[in-house]
Amino acid sequence: MTRLVVGPFNRVEGDLEVTLDIDAGAVRSAQVNSPMYRGFEQILQGKAPADALVFVPRICGICSVAQSAAAAQALATAMGLVPPRNGRLAANLTLATENLADHLTHFYLFFMPDFARTAYRNRPWFADAEPRFRALTGTAGNEILPPRTAFMHLMGLLAGKWPHTLALQPGGSSRPLQASEKIRLYRQLREFRGFLERTLFGDTLEAIVSLDSCAALENWSDARPPQASDFRRFLGIAGDLGLARLGRARDSFISYGSYPQADGESRLFPSGVWDGGRHAMNSADIREDVSHAWYAQAEAPQHPAQGSTVPLVDKPGAYSWCKAPRWQGRVVETGALARQVVAGQPLLRALVEADGGNVMSRVVARLIEIARVLPEMEAWARELEPGEPYCVVGEMPQEASGEGLVEAARGALGHWLSVRRGRIHSYQIVAPTTWNFSPRDAQGIPGALEQALVGAPVEDGEDAPLAVQHIVRSFDPCMVCTVH
Amino acid sequence: MNLLWLQSGGCGGCTLSWLGVEGMPLFATLADEGIEILWHPSLSEASAAEALALIGACADGSRPLDMLCVEGSLLRGPNGSGRFHMLSGTGESMISWVRALASRARHVVAVGSCAAYGGVTAAGVNPADACGLQYDGDTLGGLLGAEFRAGGGLPVINIAGCPTHPDWVNETLIALSRGSMTREDLDDFGRPRFYAGQLVHHGCPRNEFYEFKASADKPSDQGCLMEHLGCKGTQAHADCNLRLWNGSGSCLRGGYACIRCTDPGFEEPGHPFAVTPKIAGIPIGLPTDMPKAWFIALAALSKSATPSRVRENATADHILRAPSVKKPGR
Repeated sequence: MTRLVVGPFNRVEGDLEVTLDIDAGAVRSAQVNSPMYRGFEQILQGKAPADALVFVPRICGICSVAQSAAAAQALATAMGLVPPRNGRLAANLTLATENLADHLTHFYLFFMPDFARTAYRNRPWFADAEPRFRALTGTAGNEILPPRTAFMHLMGLLAGKWPHTLALQPGGSSRPLQASEKIRLYRQLREFRGFLERTLFGDTLEAIVSLDSCAALENWSDARPPQASDFRRFLGIAGDLGLARLGRARDSFISYGSYPQADGESRLFPSGVWDGGRHAMNSADIREDVSHAWYAQAEAPQHPAQGSTVPLVDKPGAYSWCKAPRWQGRVVETGALARQVVAGQPLLRALVEADGGNVMSRVVARLIEIARVLPEMEAWARELEPGEPYCVVGEMPQEASGEGLVEAARGALGHWLSVRRGRIHSYQIVAPTTWNFSPRDAQGIPGALEQALVGAPVEDGEDAPLAVQHIVRSFDPCMVCTVH
Repeated sequence: MNLLWLQSGGCGGCTLSWLGVEGMPLFATLADEGIEILWHPSLSEASAAEALALIGACADGSRPLDMLCVEGSLLRGPNGSGRFHMLSGTGESMISWVRALASRARHVVAVGSCAAYGGVTAAGVNPADACGLQYDGDTLGGLLGAEFRAGGGLPVINIAGCPTHPDWVNETLIALSRGSMTREDLDDFGRPRFYAGQLVHHGCPRNEFYEFKASADKPSDQGCLMEHLGCKGTQAHADCNLRLWNGSGSCLRGGYACIRCTDPGFEEPGHPFAVTPKIAGIPIGLPTDMPKAWFIALAALSKSATPSRVRENATADHILRAPSVKKPGR
């Protein structure tokens, strides 16, 4: 058995180190270390509750709006506020813009450049993929940045700027879009659709969403030349390298549900847990275990509403700044795949039924989600009613508590707030990558990525095994959220 | 000119903002200006050992380094050990890496308020003992010390902002690579004057409301955000309302207060961010370079002269009354 420490792990958001025990050409055991601590939960203690809206987006520059949305929701539940219809639509649009931009950035800038590595020079697709996806100098990067920038103009309209907006308020949105702006917003969405259909998919979004089985996906792929679009390119590479057999964790998926609908209760993508059957997701079933994290420990894992964050840098047996959240004591995976599988998206249910959660299904899920959400955004933009209210206000009680559960691009994000004497008494955050990249718990059960890495092939002489890199990046980790 | 970019106690948001630069795509722009990214944690191919070899060569001087960009605050804790951020794969603290690299670089650039002054990571009890490269809040010093000068002779260049505007970063890097940035181009806090020599107030679309002190009461109102909702645009150093963000935005245009994010210490304003602190009903934070008595006198005068159109629109989320139209010749 040899031990390999892999880091710095780039093209993930933030710093990451992975320790691998390798034997007979495969990973036998993995430890995932988030090597940075900033202490946002400590920073927030004693602040005015509304100040959370300034601080929490700055936990993460890539899921900034998701953090805002969770804080706004936690404050709203504490204040008993319900945003008006325009406020809900504007918040959905803002969050969706961030989610889709994140998926696009992940695919083109973080994930695909690994296939331009010279280690793949003998693969049949390399001559095409290398100049296209090469980091910094490939054609794809320069081709997608202008449409990404144009898409982010939505943020200029909806939220003033991105990242780190204060437009998402507990009572709705601070940015009342007027009639002509509503038209501009819609035109920007249509422009982005054009780019997606031409470059990413090579087909209409509706056609992509209608792929409802493994066979349908295969037929779609077979009907096109390998270079027809970047999605088609990925499918070809994934097939050749067997990415569907790489990086399987435990096939239990959690989603808090995303995009509140008109009734205020239901969400476009409902919440739940999927492990072959669907279960209700009740946040009371969540606990954070810190047995292998550098934090002081209570007697038993705590619900985040009772949780604490007290760093303990010399704690024996600990190896990460990441806590270990568990649902009903179980390791669960979160992200676009979880969201879509819980929501019953047929293709992703089929892919998971066939080969579980793996490198390929995680990537396909993000792309399918782009195709699924953009048409919803077009509808929301049309539903805005200029002249009707965008924001309501209320008072924060001196004593209150609140919970904000949203879906960031990377999955389930929860904020738990308690207010005492008008100030923040406790603010606990469980981020998506905290779920996915958690260390072992008190029972010694490894987190989702730690499980997904077991069995990954390691070639002779590899000091940063490519299979390991694909698996890690397939989760689209956000380490700065993880170690808030 | 080559460039090495490191991230520490921050959120990565300045990089994400940077990717959204308008016009020619970022990578093409840098190439066109002859700026080569040696390594960037979010963008480069090289991982682990390959990346460490490169960073190590820059740190020991065997590979010349033109520009060191640091994003995120420097985490000195616990107890000065730097163990709150160990650069992965090295067993060494990020602050020790940054010290070594800064001593070799021709220019050292702090990208964002965290790397410049400590930023939000230094807020509250500052759990990680965060500071900036050459400032600890508004005090010179920070990680590298007050006397630090990079090989090219300049102190740390502070592209402050939370996040930074993509143009602020690009225009600074390009000026450095052309050799056209001098000490005189930086203000008292080491910020490039080309953007920090403006106030956020300049170009604010709420200016008419400001002139008449017609103020917003709640988020989504159209009025001025200074009197009640915490806006510091008249004191904040940046060109946000001249340059605009993500096409057509800015904080004010997004309907929320400027929190002065380009200034050291913005993270601890001493009051809730979205509430204007007042004494006897008069905001404390008046424009910095105007006699207070004059401001109060003018404010009282303009308030009494506020057109009803402006007053009514200030507390509405859409235009209730448009400016009247005069027919020519009357």
